[in-house]
Amino acid sequence: MGFRHKDIIALKDLTREEIELLLNTADSLDEINRRDIKKVPTLRGKTVVNLFYEASTRTRTSFEIAAKRLSADTVNITASTSSVTKGETLSDTAHNVLAMKPDIIVMRHAVSGAHEYLAKRVSCSVINAGDGAHEHPSQGLLDLLTMRQKFGKLSGLKVAIVGDITHSRVARSNIYGLTTMGSHVFLAGPPTMMPVGIERLGNVTVCKDMREAVDQADVVMMLRIQLERQGKTLLPSMREYSRYFGLNPEMLALAKKDAIVMHPGPINRGVELSSAVADGSQSYIMKQVANGVAIRMAMLYHVCGGEPAAE
Amino acid sequence: MIRPYERHGIIQLNLKLNLNLIYSRCFEMNLLIKGGRLIDPSQGIDEIMDILIADGVILDLGHGLGAPEGTQTIDATGLIVTPGLIDMHVHLRDPGLEYKEDIATGSRAAAAGGFTSVACMPNTKPVIDNKAVTSYILNKARNEAVVNVFPVGAITQGSKGESLAEMGELKEAGCVAVSDDGRPVANSELMRRALEYAKGVGITVISHSEELSLVGEGVMNEGFTSTELGLKGIPWAAEDVAVAREVYLAEFAGAPVHIAHISTVGSARIIRNAKARGVQVTCETAPHYFTLTDEAVLGYNTNAKMNPPLRSAADVAAMKAGLADGTIDAIATDHAPHHPDEKDVEFNVALNGIVGLETSLPLSLRLVEEGCLDLKALVSCMSCNPAKILGLERGTLKRGAVADVTIIDPAKEWEVIAEKLETKSKNTPFLGWQMKGAAAYTIVKGQVVHKGV
Repeated sequence: MGFRHKDIIALKDLTREEIELLLNTADSLDEINRRDIKKVPTLRGKTVVNLFYEASTRTRTSFEIAAKRLSADTVNITASTSSVTKGETLSDTAHNVLAMKPDIIVMRHAVSGAHEYLAKRVSCSVINAGDGAHEHPSQGLLDLLTMRQKFGKLSGLKVAIVGDITHSRVARSNIYGLTTMGSHVFLAGPPTMMPVGIERLGNVTVCKDMREAVDQADVVMMLRIQLERQGKTLLPSMREYSRYFGLNPEMLALAKKDAIVMHPGPINRGVELSSAVADGSQSYIMKQVANGVAIRMAMLYHVCGGEPAAE
Repeated sequence: MIRPYERHGIIQLNLKLNLNLIYSRCFEMNLLIKGGRLIDPSQGIDEIMDILIADGVILDLGHGLGAPEGTQTIDATGLIVTPGLIDMHVHLRDPGLEYKEDIATGSRAAAAGGFTSVACMPNTKPVIDNKAVTSYILNKARNEAVVNVFPVGAITQGSKGESLAEMGELKEAGCVAVSDDGRPVANSELMRRALEYAKGVGITVISHSEELSLVGEGVMNEGFTSTELGLKGIPWAAEDVAVAREVYLAEFAGAPVHIAHISTVGSARIIRNAKARGVQVTCETAPHYFTLTDEAVLGYNTNAKMNPPLRSAADVAAMKAGLADGTIDAIATDHAPHHPDEKDVEFNVALNGIVGLETSLPLSLRLVEEGCLDLKALVSCMSCNPAKILGLERGTLKRGAVADVTIIDPAKEWEVIAEKLETKSKNTPFLGWQMKGAAAYTIVKGQVVHKGV
């Protein structure tokens, strides 16, 4: 089957078959990344605009490399260098970009729903590189890819996600993706960072204690904690946070023997992850980054049409 | 710069407006409304009855009234005749924000919705906190409005929440209440003094009850939908905490307070309990709070963004229960026009508020259809009680009263279409909805200002 979406905005919108298609494509395109000459002509003549309203190193670079390896032309527009600071509306910026006939806009935006807004108004494809606290589908997909490579499947996995769930688009995309693929998600975090009704988003169990979530887990995914960003009313201190919701070797020992540790980055060493864990043998964080390029190649490829859709 | 052809257009428009007004004022005639079901809670009337209007006042009520010579007759058979509806909470955006709405367009929207009177909130530019702005509104309304416009002044100067506005002068100038609507009075001491001082002046205080520190950067109700959409939530506690404060301050000061646009289970409960122990508290809710839940936001619908936000199903049920048992005194729309540039944007950026004047009556009639309210109670909520709360000599069809009358066609079915709305702005979540019930005639001081049949 083919991929029928013009845009990729949320993993909530994708079926199991569509997710599998993206993961399979990523696996096969990844071979290009291991070549000497890492370039194929697949998207030659296509233009990809990276429109970043929020700071990003990993995601933007990863999308840019992905596009370039498929021979697409890429342009980066970031909030600091564009007319965004002059008060242009998203709609106006988008239409100006659109007038230059891009094929794909990859956007990151601080406002949840900005992509849905944009996609309704432009004819080109829109790929969500993160919107507010809503979704981050490329991250969710690369996480699924990483888990599938390790365990050979996604169904039946116990995945712990620990940290600031309220403000995490990574958590939401993983919850949707993992639920669709048959995994069970266990969430842990301070009550001030656990949004109401989160267990209704998918196959989700909210744990009072981080140890419950990590116990016998296949995957322990730690989220970045940002005290400066979320305000000082949510937590007493980083120190106390680290004590109850940090992952150290003792905590990790509760998980399955072959469990893997994941993190969307950038990590706060000594806060949510001890260095021993971040750099340990169970850490798949660099594998995630590597998979990021492959999954984004797959996303760009499929929204551009990919192989003709077989009915 | 105004180009010549544009200027021509403006003059034409003004001429047309003025001619209409002149026409309507020069040729006042008697009006007989025959055969309608007259519902007037102020007199305990609910029966088929005729009304004779002369010189802008109610001359007579009765059965089989004859029409003196030169009397225009309206056949109201199958229609409901009520005291003119009053929307005690609207934003006319005039002065200063006329690109959203002005007194003329807002008043036409009111007339189309069956309202003969509106109370307009002071968050204009400049704020209604002095005689000059009040007079401007009243003058403009006299010349351009087709319904009665009652200005609401500010509680504090500039609605900045720092020092009391000159309430005495505001009342003398024609304000019927004071409110810092849209900007709660954060300082509790100042609110206490406002209630005490207003009691002396004899002017109603309307509280926009919201604890801002709990609202934070929230943009919608905090609940499952906000979790799903990844939008920052506003907890119901932000409203309840503030309503509780106002109730206790009013009780302490021995002064009345009216709570604007309540939307939560807790607000209704707090006010119900306060009324039971004799606190002089009244309140209103808006049709969207008893019609929609926060799920209307799904898809990041900015026309479902307002303050207070749409809440849960339990809150919707509480609004209905509150109206049914009389805890909620009034239905007011919080008519809040915004330009498309302010709504057709990302959700967080969009301004709060929806227009409501033209959809309030049919949405409220749904409560009657559901058996939540009877028509008498509905008329109380939409006419008698607002008049009482604001101290207006309106909300009644007694002989000698000003002839503000709404004739409702409860069976009329229509669709909400943006282009057909009289309001200048079209920001409503009810676009495309099938409505049942409409104003057949809106009559202000004996003049038909809207005819919907």
